[in-house]
Amino acid sequence: MKKKSNNSSPAMVFNTMPEAPQKKKFCRFKKNGIKYLDYKDANFLLKFVNDQGKILPRRLTGTSLKYQRKVAQAVKRARHIAVLPFTGDSLK
Amino acid sequence: MATKTKSNKTESVVAKDYESVIIFTPVLSDEQLKDAVAKYRKLITENGGEMVHEENWGLTKLAYPIQKKSTGFYTLYEFRSTPDFISKIELAFRRDERILRFLTVSLDRHAVIFNQRKRNGEFNQAKKDLKQEGVK
Repeated sequence: MKKKSNNSSPAMVFNTMPEAPQKKKFCRFKKNGIKYLDYKDANFLLKFVNDQGKILPRRLTGTSLKYQRKVAQAVKRARHIAVLPFTGDSLK
Repeated sequence: MATKTKSNKTESVVAKDYESVIIFTPVLSDEQLKDAVAKYRKLITENGGEMVHEENWGLTKLAYPIQKKSTGFYTLYEFRSTPDFISKIELAFRRDERILRFLTVSLDRHAVIFNQRKRNGEFNQAKKDLKQEGVK
């Protein structure tokens, strides 16, 4: 239920936020000191795509802008070398 | 003459780190695959490149079919060379019918360090930690 509203309109999430505070999101790359994303590592990149194979937005994953760009680059490279599919029904 | 200008260039241009992933067709025999892999290794070293690392993933399943083939032999070359060599090697990749797909990427310094650590096996521990974090 909560997830659905998250997807459709972020404005609504902000309205409901004060009543039910969510766990603060963080950038996993900054937190863990990861400087480079390996585009050959399918299992790792799967965390940043939904089950259709689309790249997840920052507002869901909490990734900082700097690393979101790298995520996108890595996912696209992985797709090119057929490590990740361009589309899929159930990746997870 | 042409070779002379090229050698002049290699002196002035700084070498960079690159990484190429190539997918060979699955129809190759072991011998043919070895030949093909050796051919590009030779091409890199003969053009003033320096092989850093080479990796064969073996017959791997593709995420989607390419040229109606669902598997391929993945090969990875990590090398140092001058930037003008890249167009040359990519032309060779394009002309080769045994290659389904290739990707050449220039590596920044974080990537070089990452690859080194991965090769030394230091990385498995860190990756495990990350996976646990991802599950949460």
